[in-house]
Amino acid sequence: MCDSRRVTWEGCSVLLDINDGDRLVFARLSPAAKLKIGNKNCSLQPLIGRAFGTVFQVETAPEGPYLSPVQVNAYNGEEVRDGQVNVDLRDQVSDNNAEEVRDGQVNVESRDNRTLVDNNTAQSLTGEDIEAMRRQGARGNEIIEALIANSATFEKKTSFSQEKYRLKKQKKYAPKVLMRRPGSRSICEAYFKKYPSKIGFLRVDTLSLLLSMANVSSNSDVLVVDMVGGLITGAVAERLGGTGFVCNSYYGQTPYSMDIVRIFNLSDEICRRILRSPISDLLSQKELPEQIVQHDDVCNAKIQSNDQISASASVEEICHSSENGISELGAENTGPAVHKAPKAGEKAQKEMIDSWKENGFSSLIIATPELDTWTLVRDLLPLLANSAPFAIYHQYLQPLATCMHNLQLEKMAIGLQISEPWLREYQVLPSRTHPCMQMSASGGYILSGTKICTS
Amino acid sequence: MLVCHPTKTLSLNRSISNGDLVIVYERHDSMKAVTVSEGSVLQNRFGVFKHSEWIGKPFGFKVFSSKGSFVYLLAPTPELWTLVLNHRTQILYIADISFVIMYLEIVPGSLVIESGTGSGSLTTSLARAAAPSGHIYTFDFHEQRAASARDDFERTGLSSLVTVVVRNIQGEGFPDEFTGMADAVFLDLPQPWLAIPSAAKMLRLDGTVCSFSPCIEQVQRSCETLQTYFTDIRTFEVLLRTYEVWERKMESLKGSNGSLPSKRRQCSAGSYVLSSSPSISSVMARPCAEARGHTGYLTFARRKCV
Ligand SMILES: C[S@@+](CC[C@H](N)C(=O)[O-])C[C@H]1O[C@@H](n2cnc3c(N)ncnc32)[C@H](O)[C@@H]1O
Repeated sequence: MCDSRRVTWEGCSVLLDINDGDRLVFARLSPAAKLKIGNKNCSLQPLIGRAFGTVFQVETAPEGPYLSPVQVNAYNGEEVRDGQVNVDLRDQVSDNNAEEVRDGQVNVESRDNRTLVDNNTAQSLTGEDIEAMRRQGARGNEIIEALIANSATFEKKTSFSQEKYRLKKQKKYAPKVLMRRPGSRSICEAYFKKYPSKIGFLRVDTLSLLLSMANVSSNSDVLVVDMVGGLITGAVAERLGGTGFVCNSYYGQTPYSMDIVRIFNLSDEICRRILRSPISDLLSQKELPEQIVQHDDVCNAKIQSNDQISASASVEEICHSSENGISELGAENTGPAVHKAPKAGEKAQKEMIDSWKENGFSSLIIATPELDTWTLVRDLLPLLANSAPFAIYHQYLQPLATCMHNLQLEKMAIGLQISEPWLREYQVLPSRTHPCMQMSASGGYILSGTKICTS
Repeated sequence: MLVCHPTKTLSLNRSISNGDLVIVYERHDSMKAVTVSEGSVLQNRFGVFKHSEWIGKPFGFKVFSSKGSFVYLLAPTPELWTLVLNHRTQILYIADISFVIMYLEIVPGSLVIESGTGSGSLTTSLARAAAPSGHIYTFDFHEQRAASARDDFERTGLSSLVTVVVRNIQGEGFPDEFTGMADAVFLDLPQPWLAIPSAAKMLRLDGTVCSFSPCIEQVQRSCETLQTYFTDIRTFEVLLRTYEVWERKMESLKGSNGSLPSKRRQCSAGSYVLSSSPSISSVMARPCAEARGHTGYLTFARRKCV
């Protein structure tokens, strides 16, 4: 599977990172799909059949703007067509000048910015000049070079400021699109950055801990209560790799949204391993046959209306709203959806539920910002096999503290622990290594433990 | 560790049998791995436990010693294993391990290369993530450590997923037979920059690498070397803060007029009294006093695409 999926295909889901994270867009590739970059509308057709990790740049042709792959020579790291612009430069240089002055001092840098005066006259190229260059077919990089050549102050800048200047111009005149594989890591990071409320503020390190602490492994049956858009369900399914089952359970008759599952490129086999069940069905004793039939009807109806996982999924369904930055594709997508995301989230059959009741689930993960944690755990823990681990996420500490206390009193579990993950990123540059200026102050809390035999 | 035996998955109906690996749980900070053997006993500060009395009991069961004390018998997981394994080297713990697996994008079927093997703490989790169809090739130049690690993987049931090889990776690099085949490479070596060119060679395009180093100087050099072959180079530090939870009774404070004081002035004037009842009981959490302050820096990068 790993092998065949290094290259994109028609109907495949991708994460597009525009200008080093300025915009993050999930899209499903099709010849008709279009993406607006800056003020240009580009077809996503050139992205089909390309390797994940490829960087594209907007180029202009007489027929209009198009996305063209940037060639990178793998061994010397130089971009062949793009020698001047360094894609690797992570834009971690702070925007305030004070930092640069400090940086300048620690480094071997003879220039400083004491003579720089920002009076908007430094650039002699006008907007019309640039337009004229474009009309004559100038590439984005050529425009950047012209801007630099015509900048009165560029030579006086420190090399860090020069790099920053180049990057700023590159973003404007030669925007880059990096095509990423959508997996738990990239999906969680993209949502956390652009739309954290949709995933209950679950940070990527926290997600990674939930999967470990619950011992999600192939051939296991994982019970989840996922009110974070399907992120947990998708991440668990990815780890199961087409073995075992993930049971996405819900209170009442309406399943919780799992839109995010569609963004993963899960194979049909993996999707078949995602099942749904109302919690009441999992908790009930043997049901009468008629009742089951009724349940089925209700649920099927709900699945049809509330949840498009099983319906045709195309580009526009991946978007949530235009202001959050994730997939602004909807408006521009034309034509009917030809490609369907594989079906995930069928209702669990009675035989399956009976087998779970008899054998118990091998792990439990809960992420329900809206439900009372203790009540949920009290109900669901008996569904676990003995010695099965569980991990419960909450963005607040208190519900987990209460739940932990009650589990201790009821002697339902051991190895109980509340952990709060802490994640700090570093800028590593010659003589300028330090923690990044910005960090996420909270990735939420996890209550983990192991169910014990109570009988 | 269960993963490669679908029949041995945890189940309400599965019980402990002779030869099983169990984790004997005394307290969260006191556990021990024991292989059940019919005629053996476990002796600890709680007394003597006969293995024969464990056989046929479900996992998660509470068993009693001759003195009437008890322990729990748990099914092994990579998380528990990391807490009980023999430390032959420094090891990675859960926070770093989890982040590494997620950030290296290891999924079932992945081919992963690791050096050094050390005590196999990380390897165990790598194997779980790549199972059932993937494989971990782990390299250490220390003969004895490699042998002990092999024994451990046998014991934890992971030997079909992990191959341990003795080799000096900083000196010789990884074997050519893996060129362009690895989905992910993990380095926990004293001079990782010496192994980075070889790691780049092993990786397929867009494959991921991670280097774990305790010192920032190591990170600095590694990042310089990574620039040549990799993109998306990022360095992180990940830690965990744990909390303790107590139920505490708090005296409720009543003002002299029977209502809660609303102004601080009243407090200093002593114009309200502590009521002896009712006291309010509530569950409270606070960070545990001791915590691990540093493990190492994790530097990730992605093999450049042509
Ligand atoms: C800190 S330990 C790794 C611990 C491991 N990550 C774990 O979680 O258990 C580092 C290991 O690297 C090995 N090592 C050091 N230099 C090496 C080299 N040049 N080639 C191969 N292994 C080496 C050491 O023998 C040691 O076992």
